[in-house]
Amino acid sequence: MIGEALAGKRIAVTGATGFLGTALVERLLRSVPDCEVAVLVRPGRRATAARRLQREILRNDCFDRLRAELGDRFDAETSRRVQVIEGDVGQEGVGLDDDGAALLTGCDVVIHSAATVSFDAPLDTAVEVNMLGPSRLAEALGTTPSSPHLIAVSTAYVAGSRRGDAPEALLTDTPFATHADWRAEVAAARRARSDADADSRRPERLARFTRDARAELGAAGAPLLAERAERLRDEWVKERLVSLGRTRAQSLGWPDAYAYTKALGERALLENRGDLPLTIVRPSIIESALAEPRPGWIRGFRMAEPVIISYARGLLGQFPGVPEGVVDVIPVDLVVAAILAVAAEGPAEQPAVYQVASGTRQPLRYDNLVSLAESWFTEHPLYDSRGQPIVVPEWSFPGRGKVQRQLTRAGKGLQAAERLMGALPLRGRRAEVSSRLEERRQQAERALSYVELYGSYAETEARFQVDRLLSLWERLDDDDRQTFCFDPAVIDWAHYLHDVHLPSVVTQARVRTTPGGRTGPTRAERGRRAVLAPERHLAAFDLENTLIASNVVESYAWLATRRLSEGDRLRFTLRTLREVPGMLALDRRDRGDFLRAFYRHYDEAPAEQVRADAWEMFSALILAKSFPDGIRRVRDHRSRGHRTLLITGAIDLVVEPLRPLFDDIVCARLAERDGRILGELVDPPPTGEARAMVMAAYAEAEGLALEESVAYADSSSDLPMLEAVGHPVAVNPEAKLATIARKRGWHVENWTRAAGAPRHLLPFAPRLTRSDVS
Amino acid sequence: MSPRPGFVLEVDRSTPATLIWHGEGFRLERLPVGSRVVYPPEALSPLEDPDAAIRHALLHPLGDSEPLPALLRPGMRLTIAFDDISLPLPPMRSPDVRQRVIEAVLDMAATAGVDDVVLVAALALHRRMTEDELRHIVGDRVYDAFAPHGLLTQHDAEDPDGMLHLGLTDAGEDVEINRRAATSDLVVYVNIDLVPMDGGHKSVATGLASYRSLRHHHNVRTMQHSRSFMDQHRSELHSSNWRMGRHIAASGVKVFQIETTLNNDTFPDQFRFLQRREWEWSVRDRAGFLAVSKSLERTPERLARSIFQSIRAPHAVTSVQAGEVEAVHTRAAEHLHTQQSVEVAGQTDVLTMGLPYLCPYNVNSVMNPVLVMCLGLGYLFNMYRGKPLVRPGGALIMSHPTPWAFDPVHHPSYIDFFEQVLPETTDPLEIEAKYEEAFATDPWYVHLYRTGHAYHGVHPFYMWYWGAHALQHLGAVIVVGGDRRAVRRLGFKPASGLGDALEMAEDVVGADPSITHLHAPPLLMANVS
Repeated sequence: MIGEALAGKRIAVTGATGFLGTALVERLLRSVPDCEVAVLVRPGRRATAARRLQREILRNDCFDRLRAELGDRFDAETSRRVQVIEGDVGQEGVGLDDDGAALLTGCDVVIHSAATVSFDAPLDTAVEVNMLGPSRLAEALGTTPSSPHLIAVSTAYVAGSRRGDAPEALLTDTPFATHADWRAEVAAARRARSDADADSRRPERLARFTRDARAELGAAGAPLLAERAERLRDEWVKERLVSLGRTRAQSLGWPDAYAYTKALGERALLENRGDLPLTIVRPSIIESALAEPRPGWIRGFRMAEPVIISYARGLLGQFPGVPEGVVDVIPVDLVVAAILAVAAEGPAEQPAVYQVASGTRQPLRYDNLVSLAESWFTEHPLYDSRGQPIVVPEWSFPGRGKVQRQLTRAGKGLQAAERLMGALPLRGRRAEVSSRLEERRQQAERALSYVELYGSYAETEARFQVDRLLSLWERLDDDDRQTFCFDPAVIDWAHYLHDVHLPSVVTQARVRTTPGGRTGPTRAERGRRAVLAPERHLAAFDLENTLIASNVVESYAWLATRRLSEGDRLRFTLRTLREVPGMLALDRRDRGDFLRAFYRHYDEAPAEQVRADAWEMFSALILAKSFPDGIRRVRDHRSRGHRTLLITGAIDLVVEPLRPLFDDIVCARLAERDGRILGELVDPPPTGEARAMVMAAYAEAEGLALEESVAYADSSSDLPMLEAVGHPVAVNPEAKLATIARKRGWHVENWTRAAGAPRHLLPFAPRLTRSDVS
Repeated sequence: MSPRPGFVLEVDRSTPATLIWHGEGFRLERLPVGSRVVYPPEALSPLEDPDAAIRHALLHPLGDSEPLPALLRPGMRLTIAFDDISLPLPPMRSPDVRQRVIEAVLDMAATAGVDDVVLVAALALHRRMTEDELRHIVGDRVYDAFAPHGLLTQHDAEDPDGMLHLGLTDAGEDVEINRRAATSDLVVYVNIDLVPMDGGHKSVATGLASYRSLRHHHNVRTMQHSRSFMDQHRSELHSSNWRMGRHIAASGVKVFQIETTLNNDTFPDQFRFLQRREWEWSVRDRAGFLAVSKSLERTPERLARSIFQSIRAPHAVTSVQAGEVEAVHTRAAEHLHTQQSVEVAGQTDVLTMGLPYLCPYNVNSVMNPVLVMCLGLGYLFNMYRGKPLVRPGGALIMSHPTPWAFDPVHHPSYIDFFEQVLPETTDPLEIEAKYEEAFATDPWYVHLYRTGHAYHGVHPFYMWYWGAHALQHLGAVIVVGGDRRAVRRLGFKPASGLGDALEMAEDVVGADPSITHLHAPPLLMANVS
């Protein structure tokens, strides 16, 4: 009897925050009433190991059943029976303190299920955790026959990309043995990390990261650009190690870094275990539970799920695979039961291997899987954002190469289109098109990465033998077979997919499963409600293209032409046009420099006259080009008691007529002497990161909280201002900002000029021919 | 041949299609047989020498008034107030009759040695005019002589130092008018009476007043008790203005009133067909109609708007009268009625009208939906004496594109009124009670009214009140060819064509309704028996 064999024992579980680990802990607590469980948990950056136990393990819906059974006693029962050991198998010595080490070595059984299961983990991470983790754990347990029984969870795919039978035997005893030396692999992986890091710091690479950051964020100011460039460098290093991991694995005959590091991890463990009692359990692809703790329970969004959801959303037009090939899927509760059976039976003389897989006992053919999925999603379609059902694509089982080529081509085409759109000066809804293009490209890239990562799992032709597992099954009595079922023959694939797994995946993915238009407030309405909530403190507004469809150049042109004759106007136009390219380039580089250069145009202008003309311009240009919705928004904020602030690089005399609209205005100011304007700024203009500082200073002085504040701006050069507040709003965003806003879920407003506004081709003042008006 | 009076045509099988205005355009529609079409009288013959007529009027005043020269003396304060750009429609060709009158008055003032003279554009809560617009009204000579010295002003009802409260009328109404006018020895008010509502005591009591004063008669109750506000003797609007006017006089403000009337000659030669009866169209009229409507089809909306806005009417002066306010107004109203009155027998179930591109408040800008409501239900509906053209519970069908378009410079508060008030309610009383004060006292609107070229914050409310009587009276309002969303926002029903609209109207007024079409502009006043 499994329950009796394990009763009173202390059993440790590593990787308890993972899918399999959580299920193990739950099953032990629920079905082996008298055992104690010790979980080895890595302390997080923000949470201690104990806190992670509560939040990430015990609060998982896996425990709902146990919670219901125990009622009020749940907390007492779990705190009595579960102990936490702080540790990290990715570190030398497993990062244990003395107490932890004592607790761990005092266990009867240690189930090692901690692993980096991501197929695209960076090589060095996978090596540290998957290759070295088991050996480190073994060393910590002490390598004597009296040490705890170690059950190491590996994967059936250590067999690699090979055809034919894969027996339940140690790797060294199988035809799949590789002669690669794990020590050399570890050293190489560590070297690869430092090489990639060094490479990423070469001047031309650093310049490239900076350039890419600028291309993404525009003139967002030095601190933001630096932060972004550094992140790009990190990502680049990681990407290098990911692709290195994949190629290295494939060069040795494994589909990916996961299987490769797991395989060498098994070998290292055999070398390092000494006389430690050891059993290796190799599950195939673990998916949602067949019955325990409830049908369909799953944790995390794993390997098959994103592929399934992409397929159901019609995004994955093709997926390679061999139609008659076997997809080896095994429900998590079968794996748990098998491990507990192994634990109950105790270690053999020599390390034993059990494979938990369905492929030979109850095979699921790839074409069967696809047709089951197709029929289910045809009956239970997902719905697009307009509430229309999505028709799933028909897969024709093409070769992997063909699909990859198609997807690569699609991705490249979309990237080119995206680059083109990005280069155009688009705003608002049109910029959204470009940001949607980016989304499409990312979808194509994601589809490609699924094909690259998981393609081989639909093409596997290895047949995982389960003879030993079945003889273990034979040895169980009827009660155990009822309670701890792990015979793959019980799986009815149609039932499992249609009634258990697919419904569970769809629920997990939180996709639309109901038809019809949205009820309740739309996303835009919710966003609007959030920014206008009464508890907001401050609303800061940019001016140009946020509240008015105009800019400093237009207002200058208007003021400058107010008193020019026809001929002078033409000369003015020509001269200005000549300057445009240079000015545009400068503006793209640095808004502050541009303003500084541009405002020199005002040098020597008669101050009083410009001031008087600016009042005329207020109606003729500023209001005529204003966004009425924007102006109403300023007023809405004010009427709710929020402080309103205009932050603009425009000069004071131009924005003076707008003063009554806002509580305060921060703008550029030009110096004056003897009634003449000097073309130089009194203070640095509020642009880029200076805006964030201005806002911070303003909020501090006025006792307002930035996290309760709203900022409205239109361009990525306003990012510092937008990032400084709790509620950023992108108004008519240009392509870069549109992309950023969409990614970060920022509220977006598309404000337009009034349909009846007067329009003029050139921003020139109506000519004063007859007299000067005072 | 003397001009023919107005005329009611009964449509029969041989009647040609009727021209129906539709914003910046018009179309020919066949009205059902048996429908009536009310045509305005033809343009009266103009005065041969308007300048001589002006001098004559100033020297031979009506009522209890001395001739103007006798009222002028050296050292006095003289204020000349004049109607703003809302009159006449379309703006008249130069020289504007106001220019002629003002020049004549200034001549007499100069002769009398008056040198404290200020001109005030009587804006009430209308928008400030631009330099070009002012020049058009007063002429370059007057503009260049006064404007550079700050002596050509525009009434600012929100200038705390520019207004003077003259106390309350017997009915408890605040009387607050322009301080310069109130403290002058003589106010000369130069009017153009386009419709019978204009002129009389309304000139000073409204044109030079503030919100505080105006709210006593520009409100829903007054409008619902004016049947109509175009008929002075049945208009609560006028009763209130008359009380205020008499109170102003009693407060010692001397007003010398000048009212001019114009004939119906509304459109220039190339648009002559607009003021002719369709069955009398000559080959030239037909060609003109074809040319204009074909080219409009190809013209972008915005360009069409600026072409129409540039129309200058050939309006000619038919009368000038000066002197004591009430006597002057009575005489001027008679002249107006001669030009505009049409006898109509009995009310109709369905009244149809085509709305043109222009109303008093969108000179040089777009006619927004709120103004569409005001022109149809405020102005044209109320052009009656006796009974409304349409019976109680009847249907009004208006043809206008009703674009969702606003001028953000001229009509900023209209945009917010349309976006914030109308979605909540279209009931004038509720609108007045819940929203008027906030808009009227909003500092941003006040700022735009005073420093920009914006109508006052409360102005869209007045537009809505102007239609309050019609809203109360009518069973349905249907707009043909309008922006559906905008029409619904107004609380009206959109229809794609006149035929559909008539079908919809039958749901309200019953089968086989009587139909009357108001063929205006040119403007007409229906005497409904």
